[in-house]
Amino acid sequence: MTDDRKPMIECRGVHKHYGDYHALRGIDLTIRAGEFFSLLGPSGCGKTTLLRTIAGFEDISDGAILIDERRMEEVPANKRPTNMVFQSYAIFPHLTVAQNVAFGLRRDPRGKAEKAALVDDALAMVGLRGFGNRAAHALSGGQRQRVALARALILKPKVLLLDEPLSALDRKMREQMQVELIKLQRQVGITFVLVTHDQEEALVMSDRIAVMFEGEIAQLDGPEALYARPASRRVADFIGVMNFLPARILGETDGTVTAEVPGLGPVELPARQVSRANPDDDGPTIGFRPETMTLVGPTQTHSQPRETNATIDEVVYYGDMTYYDLRLDGAAAMDGKARPVRISMRNVFGRDVQEVGTRTRLAWSPGSLVLFR
Amino acid sequence: MAKGLDAQARQGYALIAPPFLYALLILAAPLLTILAYSFMTDGYLEVVRDFTLTNYVQVWTDPIVRTVMLRSLMVSALVTLVTVLLAFPVAYYVSFLVRPERKSLWLFLITIPFWTSYLIRVFLWKVILGYNGVINSTLTGLGIIDEPLTFILYNVNSIVITLAHAYAPFAILPIFVALEKIDRALLEAGRDLGESRAMTFWRVTLPLAMPGVLAAVLIVFIPTIGDYVTPELIGGGKIPMIANLIQVQMLALDNRPLGAALAVTAMAIVALVSIVFLLINRRFLKVRS
Amino acid sequence: MKGQGRGLQAYAALYLLFLYAPIILLPLFAFNSGTIIAFPLQGFTTNWFAQMWANTTLRTALTNSLIIAVSASILATCLGIFAARASTRFEFPGKGGMMGFILLPMVLPEIIVAMSLLVVLLGAGVQLSILTVIMGHVLICMPYAIAILSTAFSSLDKSLEEAAYDLGETKWSAFRLVTLPLVMPGIVSSLLISFTISLDEFIIAFFLAGNQPTLPTYIFSQLRFPKQIPMVMALGTVLVALSVVLLTLGEYFRRRGNARMGGNPTGGFL
Repeated sequence: MTDDRKPMIECRGVHKHYGDYHALRGIDLTIRAGEFFSLLGPSGCGKTTLLRTIAGFEDISDGAILIDERRMEEVPANKRPTNMVFQSYAIFPHLTVAQNVAFGLRRDPRGKAEKAALVDDALAMVGLRGFGNRAAHALSGGQRQRVALARALILKPKVLLLDEPLSALDRKMREQMQVELIKLQRQVGITFVLVTHDQEEALVMSDRIAVMFEGEIAQLDGPEALYARPASRRVADFIGVMNFLPARILGETDGTVTAEVPGLGPVELPARQVSRANPDDDGPTIGFRPETMTLVGPTQTHSQPRETNATIDEVVYYGDMTYYDLRLDGAAAMDGKARPVRISMRNVFGRDVQEVGTRTRLAWSPGSLVLFR
Repeated sequence: MAKGLDAQARQGYALIAPPFLYALLILAAPLLTILAYSFMTDGYLEVVRDFTLTNYVQVWTDPIVRTVMLRSLMVSALVTLVTVLLAFPVAYYVSFLVRPERKSLWLFLITIPFWTSYLIRVFLWKVILGYNGVINSTLTGLGIIDEPLTFILYNVNSIVITLAHAYAPFAILPIFVALEKIDRALLEAGRDLGESRAMTFWRVTLPLAMPGVLAAVLIVFIPTIGDYVTPELIGGGKIPMIANLIQVQMLALDNRPLGAALAVTAMAIVALVSIVFLLINRRFLKVRS
Repeated sequence: MKGQGRGLQAYAALYLLFLYAPIILLPLFAFNSGTIIAFPLQGFTTNWFAQMWANTTLRTALTNSLIIAVSASILATCLGIFAARASTRFEFPGKGGMMGFILLPMVLPEIIVAMSLLVVLLGAGVQLSILTVIMGHVLICMPYAIAILSTAFSSLDKSLEEAAYDLGETKWSAFRLVTLPLVMPGIVSSLLISFTISLDEFIIAFFLAGNQPTLPTYIFSQLRFPKQIPMVMALGTVLVALSVVLLTLGEYFRRRGNARMGGNPTGGFL
């Protein structure tokens, strides 16, 4: 996919040291104008540090950061064209909602009435019309979040930085805010950079995602590519659920690898389905997502190229979904270890949930497999 | 060193510099001077700069100094014991039995007397405990006793009562804080596991409150050993403690090296006791974590 | 449960009586017409207050004490703000030791602080005056100021200041517009506590004031004269009333600060 939008943020070989601790290890990254971009990773991976270096709260030890084609080394946080929504929202507790939203306009030469109109617009934009005179400390979590958004967006920054903005909200509120944030971003067209440890959140909201481990970017891709073809076993582990089975490499021609997988048989995988294994893996593994294989009844037909026989070991019912843990026939052939695989099936009207111990068939396609070697 | 850490550390040093330099100038320099003086010889109207240990020899051998030193330690230990024992039930009451919204009112009530004129409070104990004092005149007036009680006057007992009163909030607050930190579910767990109320207190509450009790002991012990006013006012100057002796040597007798040696010795004793208690406290803390 | 509660409650009430005994007696003797401080009380009089009002030495002592207490509380609070901010916002090598040293006067017998300072001042040929008392009082008030201010600063979300900076303010204006208003209750509380400590401090004033009287040293000198004691009781009554007012104000500001930060209103002055 090509993208001809101009680059808004460029990180070139960015390093950050805290004493002996190497927090960022050479980040190269281009975020384009108007993009909804996410930095995703476990805690301590450097995602927040990277965000704070873009905001200007942390100096970088080496490399360069450009925002809108301008080098940022000498530009302090209060002069950068970025604004931030903090994890704690950082709503000023001694000010009203309107005073909070107007905080950044203090140095603005426009008149009082004009500023008040701007504040009203900003509050309306985040769904808080009429909240201006409320005391900030009396707001709920979701309302604080909206005030924080309005306060940052009123300054029309080129980039809005969001540091785990949804982590303090409960599940329902979080899902609602995800949708609202996407809409808001489309409406204002500002580049959003979101830091999150929640892979689902990143997949739902982002145009592109950079997955970070230990101060490095492990993979930078769109949500679908990231999910379907993780660049490494570690990324696959981090994003969603993936089944792993040991594989034996039989041969390789022009990048296409032939492998033998106990329980699934021999498969041919083109180069795009081959990724990096973790250093501590013992040998190559095959991975696949739970929803890419389907249980089929004894008389049912299917359009998948391959099928495998299996026994149901465990059934976990989730309402909309059912998870089945299966023992594939012949899965233990390689080293005697039985490896259960997890399959998810959407529950539809008229299809019964299967019982433990049932013999079943599993339909699948080699196209959904990823080989980690 | 990385740039970020340096910037942070630089700002930190810049901020802490004014108070730190002030303490260095007004506290460290005088303390070091005292330390130096304690190794010098007293001359007429001046201090002779010859290194000597005679002051310390005198401090440790002079029977008067030894009596006063032992008395100070004894009084402080007694005051500490009485204060902490009297304070614990109050701290327990406020922490466990007072409704949460009333707690700060209780703490406020407990701290108010502490902030009122120390001298007048001490003097009033003399009025309460004196020969014609409140207690004696009440008791004789009621016909309970014929002669005024004398065991509470102008002696160590009266000093202990007065100081136990003066340092009450110092003992209550740390114990209260320690008790507040105890997860109430632990006590229910103790009861649930079959212990009686008394045994739960003994096996759960008390060990968990111990850091607070030890802090209270230190906080009471250290200032009482250096108390000057109470022996002067209540004891009528006849039963001096170490602080009075230091003052007499330093000013009245103008023997600064000996006064300095006394001060250093007193500080060393305080430091020693503190370290012992901090070590005990650390043991308790280790058990907890 | 009930029995245990009753017993403890009775004990706590007795203990409060013990704590307040001297303070309750104070006004009794201040308004008592008898010249000897003993029971039974004689009659009601306000003479002692009048005598106190007319006393010129006392007025000098009061003026001195006020000058000392106001200066010491302002200086101690200013220095305390530096230390509290350094300790709550920044990490640097040696922080624990430096803070410990600044807080040392809290656990050092006052007589030692007073004596060592006196020896140095005399040695350096400094004239003893209320200035030297202020020096000593700043030293002993500072730890209390730091304790109060550190609580105020540490309950402050670090990102509030960053947010202000991010929204275009400078570091200083962010401090002024956000941090200062939010820690203001702590600052007021620190000023009041330092003021109270300094006003009541005897030992340092006794040794470092030279021939200048302060309230406590004046009271101490008068306690030797039985004739003067009723007047001292009257003075004590006024001082206690003043302390209670100041402390109530301090507590009020502390709680208001807590409420504003959405914190819980427990805890005390120490």
